[in-house]
Order: sequence, then structure tokens, then C-alpha cells
Amino acid sequence: MSYQTKPLIACRECDLLLREIPISPNGVACCRCCGAPLYRSTPDSLNRTLVFSLTAATLFIIANVYPILGIEIQGTSNATNLYGAVRSLWNQEMRIISCLVFVTTILAPALELTMMIYLLLPIRLRWIPPGITLILRILQSIKPWGMIEVFMLGVLVALVKLLDSATIIPGVAFWSFGGLTLLFSAIAVSFDPRDVWAHLDSKPVEEVAV
Amino acid sequence: MRQELTAAGLGLCSCHVCGLLSRLDKVDGPAHCPRCHTRVHSRKPNSVGYCWALLIAAYILYVPANLLPIMETGTLFNYREDTIMSGVLHLWKTGFWGIAAIIFVASIVVPLFKMLALTLLLFSVQRRSTLWPVQRARLYRWIELVGRWSMLDIYVVTLLAALVHIRSLATVKAGAGAIAFGAVVVLSMVAAMNFDPRLIWDPLRKGYKL
Repeated sequence: MSYQTKPLIACRECDLLLREIPISPNGVACCRCCGAPLYRSTPDSLNRTLVFSLTAATLFIIANVYPILGIEIQGTSNATNLYGAVRSLWNQEMRIISCLVFVTTILAPALELTMMIYLLLPIRLRWIPPGITLILRILQSIKPWGMIEVFMLGVLVALVKLLDSATIIPGVAFWSFGGLTLLFSAIAVSFDPRDVWAHLDSKPVEEVAV
Repeated sequence: MRQELTAAGLGLCSCHVCGLLSRLDKVDGPAHCPRCHTRVHSRKPNSVGYCWALLIAAYILYVPANLLPIMETGTLFNYREDTIMSGVLHLWKTGFWGIAAIIFVASIVVPLFKMLALTLLLFSVQRRSTLWPVQRARLYRWIELVGRWSMLDIYVVTLLAALVHIRSLATVKAGAGAIAFGAVVVLSMVAAMNFDPRLIWDPLRKGYKL
């Protein structure tokens, strides 16, 4: 393709019209006017994202089942997992905060992972799942609300705060959240919805129609 | 004035879900993306108005968020209520400098700077300012990136409240300030999402008037 026939795109942040240029693997193309990242090229991005999502889903289940932190003061002990923490806030009449924590640490990450797998596993098996448009739209809008990495920092701060006055036992979920933090950023870096559209565009139209 | 071509200047519009550039025909009713059928618009509709409304609500709630206690700690010997600032000061005095600094930045510096930065962006966009567009674009990207970290304190309180209720020895409860603070974080995040960074660049370009 010559330069003139390369597809036109518009920068999302400044609306400048640009022609797509090929970039080196793992590179990022940025807008020449405002510097906003336009697209990245991750080799084999859809398969990579699928692997990260499946691993993250496994860890996410572990992280929600097992206790995050255990505490021991003068012979009595107590431990909590994530849902337990949400429930105890609910019981303290802090319902709004309880919902906020539930949405940002359980619901949004769970939805994101489910949708990623629903989207990418069929593509891997060479068929197109119904409702792709809707899924991509929802994925884009829930992304800012999953805050696993912030929660992880919260766990660390709570741990250090309590270390002085009690014995703290990090649970299985503690390590799982550490892994999840890394996996969610790996998903964010490797997944580009453009690759899904490029994949769909290369298919005959009948198959794409949803 | 820059002589750069923008999508809006040529009557084109890029889809915010799939990125496809399409022609905005002058038809009645909303335009839709030909590839993914999302409703498309050249600029986010009424973004300045929505952004102001949400931002002002966040400013108002910022007052109770800082004045009301966010955490109530009770032990056998004493009972204390902490606002965000008194919690930070208490941590500083008891020697947890690192954590005090992290919470100070995440709960006080970040929300305040975020709201001030959004105010600045809104003012400059409404005055059709042409000063420092690159810096303002960067400021907006920074706002989107750091806003979520303010949730830190909410998570710390959630975990402490769930862990520390050892019979009558010690209890931690979330205070009413937590609700206001959570609302500030959510409102300012939604406000930032509603802001359209392309408005920063429009006054610099010929041939397009919003």
C-alpha cells in the first residue's frame, strides 16, 4: 500500500486526521499534534489477551474465595475475604460505600474478564460470537471502574497500619490480588479493540452481521 | 492558527467505540457508525455543561468529605473519630510516615488538584483559549490516570472495618465522611469522562466552529 491509500484515522483527543502507518512490534503510535497514544502493535494481541484473561479469571475466583488478611489480637483471631468485607460494611449501614466497593472490586473486574473471554475464546476457535458491538461498548465503559490495583495498595496500607498492634497473616487471596494487579495491566496493554475490528473486517460480511 | 485537517473540519466523525471514520451526513435524527452502529457525534454532546454540573457537585461534597469523620476506632481504652486529615496527622505522629504520605497524596492532593485542573480546563475551553494546548491536553490525560487512586482510603477503611471487630477489644467503623468522599471520587471521575479533550484544540484550528 502506498502512503496515499493507507486508511485515515482521527485522533481521539484532538480530532486531527492522520494516516495509519506501520509501527514496530510492541510500539505505540502517538498523535503528532497532541501526543495522545493512537494505537499499539502487540504481536498476536488477541491470543495474548485471551491467555491473560483466562489466568486472571482463575486467580480472580481464588482471590474471592480465600481470605485476604487474617488478624490475631491476644488470642482471638479474625479473617476476611473480599465479599466478607463488603458484607460487613453493608451491615454497618454503610450501604452506599458497600455498593461502591462491590462494584469497583468485584463486579467490574468480573464483568471485564467474562466479556473478554466471551469475545476472544470464540474468535480463537474461528467463529464470531453474537453481540460483539454491545460487548465492546460495555467493555470500554466499565474499564475505568475496575480498581483492582488501587484495592491492592489499600490492602498493603491496611496491613502496615495493623502490623503495629496485631499479628497479621496474609491469606491466599492476598497473593492472588498481587498477581491480578499485574494481569489486569497486562490485559490493558495487550488488548486493543482495533484488532478485534481488523479481525472482523477480514471476514465475509454475512458472518459479521449480528 | 494551524493549517491542520481535522475530522470535524471535513464533515467526518470517528466512532468512539470502534474508531471508524465516517461521514456525518446531514440527516434528521442521530447519526450511527456504519460498522458498529454506535451513535456517533463529532463532539460529546453538551460536555461542558455536564462536566460543570458534576464538578460543582463534587466541590460541594468535598466539604463534608473533609469535615465528617471517615473512620471511627474504638478500643477498650479510648474512642476516636478521624477525618481524612486527622487520620493522616495521627499516622504521621505515630511514625507511619510512608503511609501518611501515600494517603495524603491519594486522598487530599489528588482529588483537590483534579477538581482544580478540571475547572481550569473548563474555563479555558469556554474562553476558547489558544494558550498551551499541549500542556492542557497532558493535564487532561493526567486527570484521567490518577483519579481512581483516590479510592485508596475507602478500601483501607473497608478492610479495617471488616477485620477489626474482635469482641469488645477493638472495633473500626466507617464514618459518614466516607460516603461523601466516595461520592467526590465518583462524581469527579464521571466529570472527567464527560469532558471532551477535542474542545481544547478547536479554537486553534481554522474552518471549524463548534
